[in-house]
Amino acid sequence: MTASLTPTEHVILNMGPQHPSTHGVLRLELQLEGEVIVGCRPVIGYLHRGIEKIGEARTYQQFLPYTDRLDYLSSASNNLAFVQATEKLMGVQVPPRAQFLRVVLLELNRIASHLVFFATFANDLAATTAFLYGFRERELIMDLFEMWVGARLTQSSIRIGGVAQDVPAGFAEKAREFCRLLPSRLDEYDRLLTGNRIFRARTEGVGLLPPEEGIGYGCSGPTLRGSGVAFDLRRADPYEVYDRLDFAVVTQAACDCMGRYLVRMGEMRESARIIEQCLDQLPDGEVMAKVGRTIRPPAGEAYGRVESPRGEFGCYLVSDGGPHPARVHLRAPSFFHLCALPRMVQGWKVGDVVAILGSIDIVLGEVDR
Amino acid sequence: MNGGLYHSLAVWWAGHHLPPWIFDAVWMVAMAAIVTVFVLVTVLVLVWLERKVSGDLQNRVGPNRVGGRFGPLQTVADTLKLLLKEDLIPQGADKAVFVLAPYVVFVPTLMVFMLLPFSDRWQVQDLNLGVLFVVAISALPVIGLIMAGWASNNKYAILGAMRAAAQGLSYEIPLVLAMACVVVEAGSLQVGQIVELQRGGQWFILRFPLQLAFLVYFLASLAEVRRVPFDLPEAESELVAGYHVEYSGMRFAFFFLAEFTHLFFLGAFCTTLFLGAWDGPWLPPAVWFLVKSYAVVLIVMWVRWTVPRLRIDQIMGFSWKLLVPVGLVSVLLTGLMKV
Repeated sequence: MTASLTPTEHVILNMGPQHPSTHGVLRLELQLEGEVIVGCRPVIGYLHRGIEKIGEARTYQQFLPYTDRLDYLSSASNNLAFVQATEKLMGVQVPPRAQFLRVVLLELNRIASHLVFFATFANDLAATTAFLYGFRERELIMDLFEMWVGARLTQSSIRIGGVAQDVPAGFAEKAREFCRLLPSRLDEYDRLLTGNRIFRARTEGVGLLPPEEGIGYGCSGPTLRGSGVAFDLRRADPYEVYDRLDFAVVTQAACDCMGRYLVRMGEMRESARIIEQCLDQLPDGEVMAKVGRTIRPPAGEAYGRVESPRGEFGCYLVSDGGPHPARVHLRAPSFFHLCALPRMVQGWKVGDVVAILGSIDIVLGEVDR
Repeated sequence: MNGGLYHSLAVWWAGHHLPPWIFDAVWMVAMAAIVTVFVLVTVLVLVWLERKVSGDLQNRVGPNRVGGRFGPLQTVADTLKLLLKEDLIPQGADKAVFVLAPYVVFVPTLMVFMLLPFSDRWQVQDLNLGVLFVVAISALPVIGLIMAGWASNNKYAILGAMRAAAQGLSYEIPLVLAMACVVVEAGSLQVGQIVELQRGGQWFILRFPLQLAFLVYFLASLAEVRRVPFDLPEAESELVAGYHVEYSGMRFAFFFLAEFTHLFFLGAFCTTLFLGAWDGPWLPPAVWFLVKSYAVVLIVMWVRWTVPRLRIDQIMGFSWKLLVPVGLVSVLLTGLMKV
């Protein structure tokens, strides 16, 4: 026994499942040496509802509202991934007007989701005022949804064969008004938060995710684009009418929290542009294809994938020709980002865990399914 | 309060052939009661103000129901709620230390009020070592924070306490350096003397090297009062509530009380050292003192609701790499200007 070899132990700190900054019921088992993270193990499953299994016991239409509850900050993209897979199985052709309307819905969802990201990320770093600013603009989108669909959060508006309802009179004007307003509000955010020295000190260079590792972990969406990989399904594998729209795939080479933050801030501006283009090009016609009351797709399998605000949201369906899917599998981007988290927080401090977790913008609803 | 009243009352007392120590005891209790009541009322106002200010900054309304349109009784209602709440002591906590901690934090925070010159005649006790007394006493609450963190038997609490200790010690030094500038300038540790020298618009903040000291003092005391961007010991989004995570009811209220008491003291002592205390035209001195103190407090609130939080290593770096050197330079400059 030598006096210099004092035995030390790492402290295990359970962050969550009840914690203000885990964005839901997530538990992070942190191994600490003082304040420094030497190990991190995300423990998930607190929100497991068995949605994939539920899908096998419901008809296709019945399952659709369940998908809203996956990534509840962007229900339209979940809807679309499932609907896309079903439509592929059935071989349905969606009317053009419905395709444009779907894109409007998706992009509004994207802005709303990124606004929540902005708000909660700021709140995680104790910039509480920015939190309320983010929610102020999100409220306008929620009002738009309410006007169009009736629901504000879980819209279930994208249906198999089209969209549930056409936009009401006056919607286009209000949506345009919002798209014009948004950039000025984003400038306001930049003045309030983006250039703030403390904010930059907390985010720049923190939580690095090198591009090859990001790809290796299966990351996608803004998390991967923040590492400089220009992978966006809207461009890489266009669905609906994205190939007819002009928008930029925002990337940042920084690989840090700031990079991921800036990607999302840039995407909001692009989304506003997309919405305006869709409203300009919106053709007349039906919003729903002829789809029977009972859906019995022919036996086979299909994979629908959508660029959700978080990344690649996929839905894999197997049909045996019956009224229920034989198997439903959902690919949730947040799950993969959470897998990369232990690597990203290694060596950083407790305060950084919150920042890094905020920067990958997970939603536990889709992690646990 | 003022020496005149004390003396005339003491003479009156002595005229009745009563032992003087009883008079002193009664006098002390009376003074303590007046200061405590003042502090309690101030905290009620400050909490309300904080909520209104944050509401305004965040496009919200803030309290707007209890007691009228501007919710003036909101804090009273909240205090009543805290009084009625169950007082939990967690299993495995060190009971005696756990119970004692809030008072160890609160009492020193209250004690320093006896040095505040509320007006030209209102000061509980003008100690000749006044500034030193403030330095010594305001270092004590950190012990209470460590006690709270340790006794709670909670990892978040102990992390918060560790942060509080590190931060408290680091920022004590620039704070003392900034005060030293004032002491050098005034040539006295006595608060009354310091205030007297600033009379008639000769505020210390207007004298050349002391602006530097003011800045150091303001930033360091911002850290001492543990508010954003220096709120690491509590760090809601990281440590949930830090050292007071296990506290509820009235014991929690004491931490809260101490925090806001300290906040007002920050404003008031800033005013005393740099902004001429009660000095000012037209209005009564006491009003001037309160106006200036609240102005400083409002700036602190404004900062708190605008900026994000720093990280622990950045906090330490800010103190040791920036504030301490700047503090040393300003002491040097103040000394040179005196020569």
